Amino acid sequence: MENNQPSMMKRFMPLIVFVALTVLLGIGLTLNPREVPSPLIGKPAPEFDLPLLLSEGRFTNKDLIGQVTLVNVWASWCFACRQEHETVKYLSRNGVRIIGLNYKDEPDDAKNWLATLGNPYQAVAVDYSGRISIDWGVYGAPETFLIDKQGIIRHKVIGPLSDKEKYDELMSVMNSLEK
Amino acid sequence: MYNILSKLILLIVLSCSFHVVAAPVEIFQFDSPEKEKIFHKLSEELRCLVCQNQSVAESNADLAKDLRLEIYTMLQKGKTEDEIVSFMVDRYGDYVLYRPPFEPMTWLLWFGPVVIFFFGMIFVVRYMKAQNLSKQVESLSKEDIERIKNLHAGQDK
Repeated sequence: MENNQPSMMKRFMPLIVFVALTVLLGIGLTLNPREVPSPLIGKPAPEFDLPLLLSEGRFTNKDLIGQVTLVNVWASWCFACRQEHETVKYLSRNGVRIIGLNYKDEPDDAKNWLATLGNPYQAVAVDYSGRISIDWGVYGAPETFLIDKQGIIRHKVIGPLSDKEKYDELMSVMNSLEK
Repeated sequence: MYNILSKLILLIVLSCSFHVVAAPVEIFQFDSPEKEKIFHKLSEELRCLVCQNQSVAESNADLAKDLRLEIYTMLQKGKTEDEIVSFMVDRYGDYVLYRPPFEPMTWLLWFGPVVIFFFGMIFVVRYMKAQNLSKQVESLSKEDIERIKNLHAGQDK
C-alpha cells in the first residue's frame, strides 16, 4: 500500500512528459518562422533619399514626419502585392497616408501595374537596387511599416495586408497613435 | 561490411558534390586574402531570410545576392567583421545569425541541452538504483535458503 503513491506517479510520468512535449512542439509548429520580428520597431525610420516613380523630385525619410504614414513595400513582380492591393486602396480611400516603396522593380512595369490596378499611394519612391530596403530590413514584398508623427516605426506587417489578423493588429496599433 | 562501407563513402562523396553544384557562383575580387576569408566566413554564418534553411553563401535568392554584395562592399571599405555583423543584426535582428549571441534572452537556448542532459542523468541513476534495490528484495536471504533446504529435507524423509 505504501508503494502505491510513487508507482502511480511513475505510471503517469510518460503521459505527463508526452503531453508537455506535445504542447511545446504544438506551439513551435504554429509559430510562423517566415515572420521575423523587426529590430527597427521603436526606432526612427532609416535615412533615405530616393527618386519618385510618377513625377520628378525625390522622397526622403524627412517627408515621413508630421503625419501617421504607412510605408508599403511592393513590386509589380510580387503576387501577394496584387492580393493585398484592394486592402491598400481601401485604406487610402479612408484617409490613411500611404507611401509606396517600389522594391527592385522595372519602373515601366511598376507604372503599368498602377495604371491597371489603381494607385493608392500619395507618393511612390523607387528603390531600384534594393539597397535602401536592406536598411529597412526588408526581405520580401509585400511588407508594410507603420510610422508615427515623429517618424518612428511603430509596427511592421510581413505579407499581404488582406490577411484579417494582420490587418486588425495593424489597425489597433494605428488607432493607438496620436493623429 | 565492406559493401556497406563503400556505399556509405559513396553517399558522403555524392552529397558533398551536390553541395558544390548548388552554391551560387559570383566573382568578387578582394584586396587581401584576409578580407576574402572574412567574406566567406560571414556569408556562411548569416542566414538568408528568404530561404531560411540556407546561409547567405548558399542561397540563390535575390536578397542573398544583394547581401553578399553588401558584405563585399563593406569589407572593401575597410569595415571589420564585427561591424558587418552588427549592421546585419540592426536591420534583420538576431535571427540572421546562425550562431545566436550569448545573452540572458538566449541562456535557455545555450544551457537548455545541458540542463536536460543533467536531469536525464539523475533519472537514469535513480532508475538504476531502484532496479538494484528490487533485485536485492527478490534475492533470498541465507535464512530463507536454509529454511527451503530444511523443507526439502523434511519432504524427503
